Amino acid sequence: MGAAAVSVLLIGYGNPGRLDDGLGPALADAIAALNLPHVTVESDYQLQPEDAAQIACHDVVIFADADIKCAEPFRFERIEPKRQTSFSSHSTSPEALLALAHDAFGASTPGYVLGIRGRKFDEFGEGLSAAAQANLDAASRFLLPLLKTRRFDTLTTQSGAGSPCATPS
Amino acid sequence: MVATKEMKRIVIEPVTRVEGHGKVTILMDENHQVQQARLHIVEFRGFERFIQGRPFWELPVAVQRLCGICPVSHHLCAAKAVDRLVGGENLTPTAEKMRRLMHYGQFFQSHSLHFFHLCSPDLLFGFDADPKIRNVFGVAAKYPDLAKQAVLMRKFGQEVIKATAGKKIHGTGAIPGGINKNLSLEERDFLLKDIDQMIQWARDSVKIAKDYTLEHLEVATQFAAFDSNHVGLVQPDGAWEIYDGGLRALDKDGNTIFDHMDNQKYLDFIAEEVRPWSYMKFPFIKSIGPEDGWYRVGPLARINVCDSMPTPEAEAARKEFKALTEDKPNNLTLAYHWARLIETLASAEHMRELLNDPDLQGDDLVVKGEGRREAVAILEAPRGTLFHHYKIDENDQVVMANLIVSTTSNNEPMNRAVQHVAANHLSGKAEITEGMLNHVEVAIRAYDPCLSCATHALGQMPLVVELVDCEGNMIDRKVKE
Repeated sequence: MGAAAVSVLLIGYGNPGRLDDGLGPALADAIAALNLPHVTVESDYQLQPEDAAQIACHDVVIFADADIKCAEPFRFERIEPKRQTSFSSHSTSPEALLALAHDAFGASTPGYVLGIRGRKFDEFGEGLSAAAQANLDAASRFLLPLLKTRRFDTLTTQSGAGSPCATPS
Repeated sequence: MVATKEMKRIVIEPVTRVEGHGKVTILMDENHQVQQARLHIVEFRGFERFIQGRPFWELPVAVQRLCGICPVSHHLCAAKAVDRLVGGENLTPTAEKMRRLMHYGQFFQSHSLHFFHLCSPDLLFGFDADPKIRNVFGVAAKYPDLAKQAVLMRKFGQEVIKATAGKKIHGTGAIPGGINKNLSLEERDFLLKDIDQMIQWARDSVKIAKDYTLEHLEVATQFAAFDSNHVGLVQPDGAWEIYDGGLRALDKDGNTIFDHMDNQKYLDFIAEEVRPWSYMKFPFIKSIGPEDGWYRVGPLARINVCDSMPTPEAEAARKEFKALTEDKPNNLTLAYHWARLIETLASAEHMRELLNDPDLQGDDLVVKGEGRREAVAILEAPRGTLFHHYKIDENDQVVMANLIVSTTSNNEPMNRAVQHVAANHLSGKAEITEGMLNHVEVAIRAYDPCLSCATHALGQMPLVVELVDCEGNMIDRKVKE
């Protein structure tokens, strides 16, 4: 699928009030400021069930989150849908959202996780540690060309019926 | 109660499909009879202390960090208190209606999420059904339209919050004495195009809950059903109210305990008891005392205490609901679901009314008056009555904060529900199955507790059930991913 036909949803999530847990929103804010065509950016504290509707309206979804244990500076992996037994708005996984997008809207949107290594999580406060900031910069350098070309390896997305996609212009 | 050598202890940790973390412990004797059952809140919040020393105008934004589930409730309740601190409690029509629209949006999304994502699997598949299908994905597989509808109802409510508060989570719309924006025509039209669909789905949802209750009346009248007092806000004429109004308390038979008390003097009416085994307090009606003065809050209590619903379809639904108990308070735990969906319909009807109100495009957004050093605000959150009480010093810094959140008020009822179900479904059983334990969770879920809100926690854990004897020896252990 060519780049022109591909729409990308980037969801950066985490709590900016818990230091490096704000890596996901920080990435989302940085990308949103660029106003890239065909790229929708969401920034949130937690993944939410209604994200499934947004996912169903896009060809690719990228979940950007702080990672507490991956190798520096980040990991970028394809993920598959996985149904969760317990589903609440406090604890929803990217895999579960892909499954909900499929089950509720018939969408098979390919999903990726961009886990950015953080270092400081155990205190209240805003701002990233120096190490996390460096990892964020590296993740941004990696992601930006991908968002500009939007050439992902597999892009066979099918959105289901219904109209979950409208947003105010 | 002291555990003896012969007793065994069952632990459900965490309770699943609720917001936040809790733990249930059940103590059984050698004859497999339940001797004690408790819901524990295992996280510590401490939020009242965190905000001491902060400037008061930060409160509406700061306190909503309590929770990512109903931040609008804390945002608006703190804003109402701060309104009084700046003497700006008599809001302009635009400001009050914007806040109300935000609040109805929150009720709509919160109640929809709770019913469809957390509770409907139990009702649609049965409390004992295979947990592999007894979840939202099982619902999506068997009832795909319902699953889609649930997501889109939640999404609509979140869009209303975004349009009124600026953000879906942790918005900043309400400011001291008013609101920081009106509703643009573009935002109004965007929401209006879907509102009739939302009302239709809310109407359908009421029918699902009503039909379930009436078709399972024998279960509903026995499952965690017990008499209680009920507390909630009402309008001056006694109609249902969630943003402002006076607090009303009724006993199990509908007799008035208090009505339209002075909200600023809530401590004359409500007190809290501390028990050593839980971080969550136990509120009670002061005039009755802790033994019998505990009360229910939330949808069931609100529908019980009000004299009418302010919107036509919700009022018709309320009358059907009340007919079941011949206009007396309904004391069935499972009736929370029906009541919750009547409120969902009322919220949708209110939103349509407000979206067509030109006051929402007004420019008069903020008022100010004579300042105060102390203020109390009471608001109905989706889960029940919410109290915020603040004192500030001459430097405008917070020196005291007391928050009684909805789930805290339902602490005793939830514990009673756990005891009731444990005694009726676990006593006498040599082997405890996952389905039996889910009965306990079904009772807790009906109250829609936000345990993170009552304390504070984030994260995810599997469900671990351990059967341990009084000497700590593991008899059995089950893990649910």
